[in-house]
Amino acid sequence: MITPTAIRRTADAGTQRSNPAKIYVTEARHEFLKLIRIPIFAVSTIALPVMFYVLFGLAFGGGEDGGVGEDGGVGVTTYMMATYGTFGVIGAALFGFGVSVALERGQGWMRLKRVSPMPPQAYFVAKVVMAVTVSAMIIGALFILGATLGGVRMPAAQWISLGLVLLLGALPFAAMGLAFGYLVGPNSAPAMLNLFYLPMAFASGLWIPIHQLPAFVQGIAPALPPYHFAQLALGTVGAAEGGSQALHAVVLLTFTALFLAVAAWGFRRDEGRTYG
Amino acid sequence: MQQTRRPVSPGHEPAVLAELLGASKQFGHGLAAVQAVQGLDLEVRSGELLAVLGPNGAGKSTAIGMLTGLAAPTSGRARLFGCDPRDVRARRRMGVMLQASGVPETLRVRELLTEFRGYYPAPLPMAQVVRAAGLDGLESRMFGELSGGQQRRVLFGIALAGDPELLVFDEPTTGLDVEARRGLWATLRDLARSGRGVVLTTHYLEEADALADRIVVIDRGIVIAQGRPAEIKARVPGRRVRAQTSVSLVVASQWPGVVRASREGPWLELLAGSAEPILRALLDLDPLVSEVTVTEPSLEEAFLALTSDMEAAR
Repeated sequence: MITPTAIRRTADAGTQRSNPAKIYVTEARHEFLKLIRIPIFAVSTIALPVMFYVLFGLAFGGGEDGGVGEDGGVGVTTYMMATYGTFGVIGAALFGFGVSVALERGQGWMRLKRVSPMPPQAYFVAKVVMAVTVSAMIIGALFILGATLGGVRMPAAQWISLGLVLLLGALPFAAMGLAFGYLVGPNSAPAMLNLFYLPMAFASGLWIPIHQLPAFVQGIAPALPPYHFAQLALGTVGAAEGGSQALHAVVLLTFTALFLAVAAWGFRRDEGRTYG
Repeated sequence: MQQTRRPVSPGHEPAVLAELLGASKQFGHGLAAVQAVQGLDLEVRSGELLAVLGPNGAGKSTAIGMLTGLAAPTSGRARLFGCDPRDVRARRRMGVMLQASGVPETLRVRELLTEFRGYYPAPLPMAQVVRAAGLDGLESRMFGELSGGQQRRVLFGIALAGDPELLVFDEPTTGLDVEARRGLWATLRDLARSGRGVVLTTHYLEEADALADRIVVIDRGIVIAQGRPAEIKARVPGRRVRAQTSVSLVVASQWPGVVRASREGPWLELLAGSAEPILRALLDLDPLVSEVTVTEPSLEEAFLALTSDMEAAR
């Protein structure tokens, strides 16, 4: 029961100011807590890529010399650290954004946020921070496994550049998730995303190296954003398929712009929606 | 047609906090277009509790949506503290409780309140929010673990969190039991008495009557009546009298308080403010009257009477 307490206006009203930096920090922290407390999210986005790396990267291609290939090229554990890193980051960005936006649109949480004085950017910035944080956790786990069990040996500069490329790769896929969040309903969002995510990951060579895939799959890979992301990540460890790294970056940026345009359209469409 | 009632002392008029000026909202285009609200005028002043009363689908939530900047009017204007309602500066002075808000279930009550308190320049102290919303002892619970009534209270707490000058509640008592409803009424009255402006929507005449300083009745997107609760109640028929009688429709329509009269075979049906004068007249004129029943008309019927009233006056 709501107690009829006398509510007085605080005497110092108007003298304090809300702290914008604090809003962003709180928002990002809650965004992270909100998702990490959902077991299915934590398990499928963090544990799955790590487990795949252990099974396919370490168990099959592992061993003492897994970090270095037989012909002096890149070993399986190094190669797959890049591709499963790509897979993990895409999952975190896609699901962290897509499912939560679809849910929060459908349930009206976003409307409550929109009538509040929250800066609208804070909502999206918080989700980006969350996606990057979860990505960092996945990358960290893969790096530790790679360096210890996988015997991956690289110069520090390569570790850093691979880590950075993987982290930055969260952005295009966050945009993709956002676009999805505006296109699909709250109930179908997880299923729809998986329907795109898993085949796309396979066809882009995130599970099995692209050169081992059937020719026709190799043919469609360049049309898929994860392929370009994976090639950028592989490029940092000297295992890219060839083709210009700059071109991969441009393709990803173009996809990002496209996804953001779709999301912006969805955002505006929501403004005119029936509210009963 | 309608006149807005304002306090008589012009020098001390309370400030207008939010207003709709001839606001219309249309959803969809072409043949599928639905006119949700048409030419709505609405204003809320500080220290005033305004009830927007209407049946389901009357356009109440649409009106709230325009007032809070969720949806821009198709034509007309919405002003919040003199600004566009989407202006953050205006929103810092308003707290809102919407009808259905799916709050993330894995956030704790304290986290939710902290989040919203952080948006405002001078929020209400946490302890006061918790006390006013009746959330003592629930601060560490996750939203998903709460009962329906407790969840509504969290949403109420979120509206209060910023210590705003204007509070907007869309059907705040829906789904609450009688006791919780009474408690909420007391809190709402306190809020208005403390100088804040309060707007609430409801489809209960009883609720609007018990709480509001002013009631705006809307139906099918237009204002059909507005005024102080006593004025509205006087215009809304409180009783339906039904009887088998030979009294003619023309005669019965002239009786005091009769808003609507209809005949169906031997049955005469009257909607009126109160039943007693009708019964007296009925028994006087027709000693053979039989099968008399007195019932309370539904709010829908009451609104219909108001609508036809207005159409007749045109």
